[in-house]
Amino acid sequence: MTDKIILEVARYNPERHSEPTFDKYEVPFRKDWVILDALNYIKDRLDGSLSYRWSCRMGVCGSCGMMVDGEPKLTCATFLSSYAPGPVRVEPLRNFPIVRDLVIEMTDFMVKLKKVKPWIVRKDEKPISEGEYLQTPQQLENYKQFSMCINCLLCYAACPVYGLDNLFTGPAALALAQRYNLDSRDQGAHERREILSEHDGIWGCTFVGECTEVCPKHVDPAGAIQQYKVSAAMDWFKSFVMPRGAE
Amino acid sequence: MIERPSYTEFHPRWHRTRVSTYWWLERWRYVKFILRELTSIFVALFVVMTLLQIRALAHGPQTYQAFQERLANPLVLVLNTVGLLFVLFHTITWFNLTPKAMAIRVGGKRIPDVLLTAPNYVAWVVVSGVVAWIVMEG
Repeated sequence: MTDKIILEVARYNPERHSEPTFDKYEVPFRKDWVILDALNYIKDRLDGSLSYRWSCRMGVCGSCGMMVDGEPKLTCATFLSSYAPGPVRVEPLRNFPIVRDLVIEMTDFMVKLKKVKPWIVRKDEKPISEGEYLQTPQQLENYKQFSMCINCLLCYAACPVYGLDNLFTGPAALALAQRYNLDSRDQGAHERREILSEHDGIWGCTFVGECTEVCPKHVDPAGAIQQYKVSAAMDWFKSFVMPRGAE
Repeated sequence: MIERPSYTEFHPRWHRTRVSTYWWLERWRYVKFILRELTSIFVALFVVMTLLQIRALAHGPQTYQAFQERLANPLVLVLNTVGLLFVLFHTITWFNLTPKAMAIRVGGKRIPDVLLTAPNYVAWVVVSGVVAWIVMEG
């Protein structure tokens, strides 16, 4: 086994480059190192100008998503040893504008996320003195999977629909909308339906299924979207058969 | 409509990578998706073929015989074989995707995927069996 591995890292400086180029760095090959460790080694020892986002380094914060050999990955959870003998290509997440080096611009996602109202919507809030909204373990189970999303955007980088037309609301925002729709404490499904059922909402999804494949938290956004398509179609059908009594 | 984020004119000059026309060749899973989308053409082709066959049948035995002979043309045979492969691919991939769209819970637990996939295959075999029986016995 070699004790060094080459990383080909995408570099882009908006003031100097017209498009990204690749720089090669030789880093120690250690079995217990993830890609992020190698990037930190480059930043500390080889080239302090390299820019990238990271924080928790334990798969919770969702900051360190990058393309590793063409696949969207959390670099804190992707071992160097999986890419031996190298070289390993590290690029910024696909389908987003690049700000610098490995840093992407994600405001588009933030706007979309807010749009689907990913919070508990109540018709009337009960006073705090009446206590919490209780939930059974089964009610929690209904949406728990979709609540595991860490907004890392790997699903957006994997989604060709979003890549080709970024008006599409996208996997994570739709899965999070469904997370609140399925929450027994929430009463906002009707408000969300207007936003989710439009052309750029669930119907934009052609079920490539790649979002689910790359999701590091096993959220299954593709499943969430298809399940919502089924319930939206049922609601439409009900309103068609029973125009007045569907709600 | 989704509102577009607005920025001041002083934001950094971003780089936007264009998506290649051949994006679907980049990964086998994308190729599989495009193939699955293409299967719809062959499904439509089979439907049209069946409708033509029924029309020929309605026009009497001679027309039907002529239609059958046209079906035996090697080119049509090749087309139908390719079509059959695509239709099988269509059926199997969609059957296998059913559990994604249906989260059925019994006693609070999601039922295993195989319980949603298997009935599709059983129905397929039964319906094919019935059709084969009608064709063979009739």
